[in-house]
Amino acid sequence: MKVAVQLFAHARDLAGREQVDLELAEPVSVGDVRSALAVHVPQLVPLADGLLIAVGTNYADDAVKLDANDTIACFPPVSGG
Amino acid sequence: MIQLTHDPIDTHQLTESVRDHAAGAVVLFLGTVRELTDGRRTLALDYESYPEMATAKLEELVENARSQWPITACGIVHRLGHIELGDVSVAVAVSCPHRVEAFEAGRFLIDTLKEVVPIWKKENFEDGTTEWVHPGLDTSSDAASTDTSLSS
Repeated sequence: MKVAVQLFAHARDLAGREQVDLELAEPVSVGDVRSALAVHVPQLVPLADGLLIAVGTNYADDAVKLDANDTIACFPPVSGG
Repeated sequence: MIQLTHDPIDTHQLTESVRDHAAGAVVLFLGTVRELTDGRRTLALDYESYPEMATAKLEELVENARSQWPITACGIVHRLGHIELGDVSVAVAVSCPHRVEAFEAGRFLIDTLKEVVPIWKKENFEDGTTEWVHPGLDTSSDAASTDTSLSS
């Protein structure tokens, strides 16, 4: 399954791109995406467990399973305000 | 009203938008760009967001606040892009029948916004360096490029 992960803020800057395209064997969980990101984009490793993953407009923990049409984003802790 | 904008925030208009004959109290919170952080001098902040999720989270936030306090009206505007020292980055206006609930709801809205809404700020320091603010992570350039201890 193709998974496109949008990156934001320091994660995007470290990766040097706004999106990472992954090809993962189904079923795909958020934890699988997290592991694959660390392998394919080693620049993100310093942020590691601090990275948050959103599926659609909700935060998702590693157990959440992905559907093919889900929008996935990955970013460090938020700092609005 | 919920809005993400690259333009300066019209705080007067936001305040007027929540005024209502049913409300006896209006609380306005403004977040402004502070000069000193841990002794370092800030010239400006750059804000960015994940707009679709930020808007959804702000709407959830207002719904959550409305379930806890008798809110008459409420508005949140967050600015994005390059914001100079002293300028307003976020404004939260809330009106309620009485002041206690208006203060409590306003406090809840800004506190929770800072925890859950996907918006990020990058410091532009006087010495020319920039640094993303990611609570709990050390994002200074040295740490980001050489320190992998956070991965364990």
